[in-house]
Amino acid sequence: MSFINYASREINCKIVYYGPGLCGKTTNLQLVYQKTAPDAKGKMISLATETERTLFFDFLPLALGEIRGFKTRFHLYTVPGQVFYDASRKLILKGVDGVVFVADSQEERLDANIESMENLKDNLEEQGYELEKLPFIIQYNKQDLPNCTPLEELRELLNPNGVPDFTACAQTGEGVFETLKAVAKLILLELKKGGTG
Amino acid sequence: MLDPQHNSFVMYDEEFQRISAVIEKLLRESNSKVIFLVDKNGQLIASCGETEHLDTTSLASLTAGNIAATGGLAKLIGEKEFSILFHEGEKDNIHISIIAQRVILVVIFDHRSSLGLVRLRVKKASDELAKIFEDLAVKAAEMEKTGNADSPFAEITDDDIDNLFS
Ligand SMILES: Nc1nc2c(ncn2[C@@H]2O[C@H](COP(=O)(O)OP(=O)(O)O)[C@@H](O)[C@H]2O)c(=O)[nH]1
Ligand SMILES: [Mg+2]
Repeated sequence: MSFINYASREINCKIVYYGPGLCGKTTNLQLVYQKTAPDAKGKMISLATETERTLFFDFLPLALGEIRGFKTRFHLYTVPGQVFYDASRKLILKGVDGVVFVADSQEERLDANIESMENLKDNLEEQGYELEKLPFIIQYNKQDLPNCTPLEELRELLNPNGVPDFTACAQTGEGVFETLKAVAKLILLELKKGGTG
Repeated sequence: MLDPQHNSFVMYDEEFQRISAVIEKLLRESNSKVIFLVDKNGQLIASCGETEHLDTTSLASLTAGNIAATGGLAKLIGEKEFSILFHEGEKDNIHISIIAQRVILVVIFDHRSSLGLVRLRVKKASDELAKIFEDLAVKAAEMEKTGNADSPFAEITDDDIDNLFS
């Protein structure tokens, strides 16, 4: 749920990066953080375990600039991917305006991707959201690795509705900003359509 | 109107002024250092006091995460929610409460105040804030009905959006 503040002339939107454990969600945010000008970003917060696995969420606030006199802010969140953190994932999805699904393109992670996608749908539904109606982007990450499932097959399994999708190597930054721009754009178009209601 | 997917939370000038007045009064009457109001989704709504050295955006997000997590805990043990949280530090303390089930009020205070005083003043301010948020909801619904709710984004173009990333 976006927050339009006429008093401070700001608009805030929430983007959640979803996907199986170790697919590269945190890496996506780290890269956005590294490549964004200091005045356009806040602190990146990572609530992680000692082994750097996301425990609750990562959070990165971005201030992109103005549209029609309104400061446009995006709050980026990641969820913990491990199956047993489902309760935390549900909490983070609350009030989401747009979702990026980060898939791990490696063959041995195919089942984990599918399972995570199902989990995303279930958790959204539980809160009265439908994935089909949300701004939604898919990213096929880790394309640099040799053992990837062919793109066509990934698409068929993960993107039957043909939402905008991107290949990526989050480690080097390839595809990271394309993904972010695409979801931000869908969210803004949604606002344009929706008025405040 | 309560379709969560297609609703923005809107704040207007008038209500923002009223909210600011209430939290500024609360700041004075409770002798506290900082007060802020956060939407349950982690968006900062208003703040006052010694905020210059505080990262209020991060505070807002973590507060909402904190409330969400304790809310989850509450459900697990069969409670609806814990309506007040209190964290005690060496110098500063944080008092967190939920207003009208949707907005989070955070009061940071030190030895110049006390938990008892903060509690007392928060209670009064909460009622006033709840009333304002009620008015805000009514207003937003009316705006929507009368078609006055045209989003400032109704006219945006693809170029506007592309320019954001240039
Ligand atoms: N080879 C390769 N490794 C990646 C890529 N993206 C992320 N990683 C690595 O995958 C591991 C897990 O990434 P992380 O972002 O923590 O995953 P998360 O669990 O989804 O947050 C880390 O060691 C990353 O360096 C990529 O595009 N290619
Ligand atoms: Mg992570």
